[in-house]
Amino acid sequence: MATPLRIAWWRRRRTRDLLFQAALIAGVLLLFGIMANNAIQTVERQHIATGFGFLDHTAGFDVVQTLVRYDETSTYGRVLLVGILNTLLVAAIGIVLATLLGFLVGIGQLSSNWLVARLARSFVEIVRNLPLLLQIFFWYFAVLRALPGPRESWGVADAVFLNNRGLYLPAPVAESGFGFVMLAFAAGAIASIFMFLRAKAVRERTGRVSPVAPGTTALLVVPALLASAAAGFPMSFSVPALSGFNFQGGIVVLPEMMALVVALATYTASYIAEIVRAGIEGVARGQTEAAQALGLNRGQMLRLVIVPQAMRQIIPPLTSQYLNLTKNSSLAVAIAYPDLVSVFAGTTLSQTGQAIEIIAITMAVYLTLSLLTSAFMNWYNARVALTER
Amino acid sequence: MANAPTKASRPPPRAPLPGPIEWLRENLFSSWGNAALTVVALLILYWVVVPFVRWAFIDAAWTGTGRDDCLAFENGACWPFVSERIGQIIYGFYDVTERWRVDLTLIGLALGLLWLTMPGMPGKRPVGAVMVLAYPLIAFVLLAGGFGLEEVPTTRWGGLLMTLVVAFTGIVASLPLGILLALGRRSELPVVKGLSVAFIELWRGVPLVTVLFMAANMLPLFVGLSVNKLLAALIAVALFSSAYMAEVIRGGLQAIPKGQYEAAAAMGLSYWRSMAFVILPQALRLSLPNIVGNFIGLLKDTSLISIIGFFDLLGIVQAGATDPEWATPNTALTGYAFVGAVFWAMCFGMSRYATHLEGVLGAGGRR
Repeated sequence: MATPLRIAWWRRRRTRDLLFQAALIAGVLLLFGIMANNAIQTVERQHIATGFGFLDHTAGFDVVQTLVRYDETSTYGRVLLVGILNTLLVAAIGIVLATLLGFLVGIGQLSSNWLVARLARSFVEIVRNLPLLLQIFFWYFAVLRALPGPRESWGVADAVFLNNRGLYLPAPVAESGFGFVMLAFAAGAIASIFMFLRAKAVRERTGRVSPVAPGTTALLVVPALLASAAAGFPMSFSVPALSGFNFQGGIVVLPEMMALVVALATYTASYIAEIVRAGIEGVARGQTEAAQALGLNRGQMLRLVIVPQAMRQIIPPLTSQYLNLTKNSSLAVAIAYPDLVSVFAGTTLSQTGQAIEIIAITMAVYLTLSLLTSAFMNWYNARVALTER
Repeated sequence: MANAPTKASRPPPRAPLPGPIEWLRENLFSSWGNAALTVVALLILYWVVVPFVRWAFIDAAWTGTGRDDCLAFENGACWPFVSERIGQIIYGFYDVTERWRVDLTLIGLALGLLWLTMPGMPGKRPVGAVMVLAYPLIAFVLLAGGFGLEEVPTTRWGGLLMTLVVAFTGIVASLPLGILLALGRRSELPVVKGLSVAFIELWRGVPLVTVLFMAANMLPLFVGLSVNKLLAALIAVALFSSAYMAEVIRGGLQAIPKGQYEAAAAMGLSYWRSMAFVILPQALRLSLPNIVGNFIGLLKDTSLISIIGFFDLLGIVQAGATDPEWATPNTALTGYAFVGAVFWAMCFGMSRYATHLEGVLGAGGRR
């Protein structure tokens, strides 16, 4: 009667799990096989080249904005590099502006000033609920295209000009002896970091707080100033000036890039503002009361108690917003800013027809950025968790 | 001689000022810094709101039939562009005589959504099942044709109709796919888990634009025959949004206490039954606000299909604004204002609903 319970082998859980997983692998492989087979047949039928050899072929088209040397004889591989750099440039500028605006609006939402809080809240509610593409179109077609032409540009101090061809800024030009100045600046920067760390060590050991801001600022500025005076100020500015129908000299920020940066920065700022608000509200009320009980003033309370704890909550979602901004910069293709998608997945794809390789490379670039970001996030979370207890 | 006091006595506490003046003082002018902030905020409001109101209402052209009627109003919106083109903006190039089918589809959608979102309506479960299972089929037949209805090829769809079709398909398809992926990511089977993680991270790691490019350029190669372009885009949107949905639902699954899993197992429920009857009802309830948040993102993202050549709500207005028949300096901006208002109303409504859900769940759902 008490025979041990025996389960037939095909009903055992382990067998079933194994079989199920084997079937799943087989199914996925079959799907990929069919897709690959179809792709090979279609590619052969349509006489499309395969492989990554096209990266060495001459591209033969012009790109309006390049951070590295590029001309019509450059290769598609060079186009890829140009596209990646342009994407990173827009993303970097956008991230800085979005962070500044986002923190400003986020703190504004918590202001005791009724009007400021309402204004910040309205900004978030309006910008967050409109499609990003609509906002890019708005800035590009409705705002920047409507600016006056070069002859009627808006100018500031005869050095900065804004018109419908772009934003013209003075460009610094390094002359001989500039390396010497940079060296002096680097030395000053290292010395100021050293001074800051020393003051911190003293504070942690003795509890004595000594103001370091004047010293570190002086170390940053004075050596560089002295060095440039000694070298005879080896830097000049190339100032944009109207000649003929357009401006010459200086650096120009294309309207496409301005529209993209402004739209990305304001859109992402509306999300960052919410993250910042939630982060600050998430710090327990007792922390504020404890800080007040310790006799900290408002500035110290924010700097030493509230912000470090709020940052712990803010940074992980903030990083994913940075990533979103980078991915959203691919909307550049809609207004023909020469980002990765626009020059590579757009122009290069239509010229070579090698859809599979090009889309795969493009996706791989974004995927790498994403994985790097999540790796950083995991590292940061682990660090914060360690210092918690 | 009376003794002069050596120290001036402190002033008595200030009596509250009458009514609204006290409120102003407390909330806007409590200190010099605060007063300065108030002035800055007022200036920003003045610079933004006044020109907008003037442009959109006071200086705007309200009636007319062509660009000449708008050119007279140099600094105002060109509303006739919207009112004359409203048919195209809603239906795209859908045959005029067949537009009643679109109306019927959209009314059905609106009624279903109202039923499901209004608190206290009876029979939400069957209505929800109808909306998810039967409605898409009915809507497809109504829109595309068949069963005695004249066929309308998808190339003629556009405008608000196109936006809603893409958004609704994405929503309906991403829910079940997202649930499966979220369960897969938490599975104990290494192959299931690995494939789910790879799928989710792949789509979440790339921009939607590249996914749409893939659908337009690569999918036909993989399938080996010509695919309906709209179908390809819909598949891309569904795969993309299911990855995001999976992460939202995973958040809900993680919030379910372990005891619930153990209780379900103790009742002798199989994996699928314990998921269907114990875990998922709770997890989906918890993640409902975030699911709605995801829908908002999806609705906004539908506008990207104009990049691969569809005329959705934004795309058709953008195309119309460059039409020489209507080209004025204000046409594009008027179109954007209209499209923005439509999108904003839909997204803001949904986000309000999500906040409302959060309140309801926060009050009753947790102990």
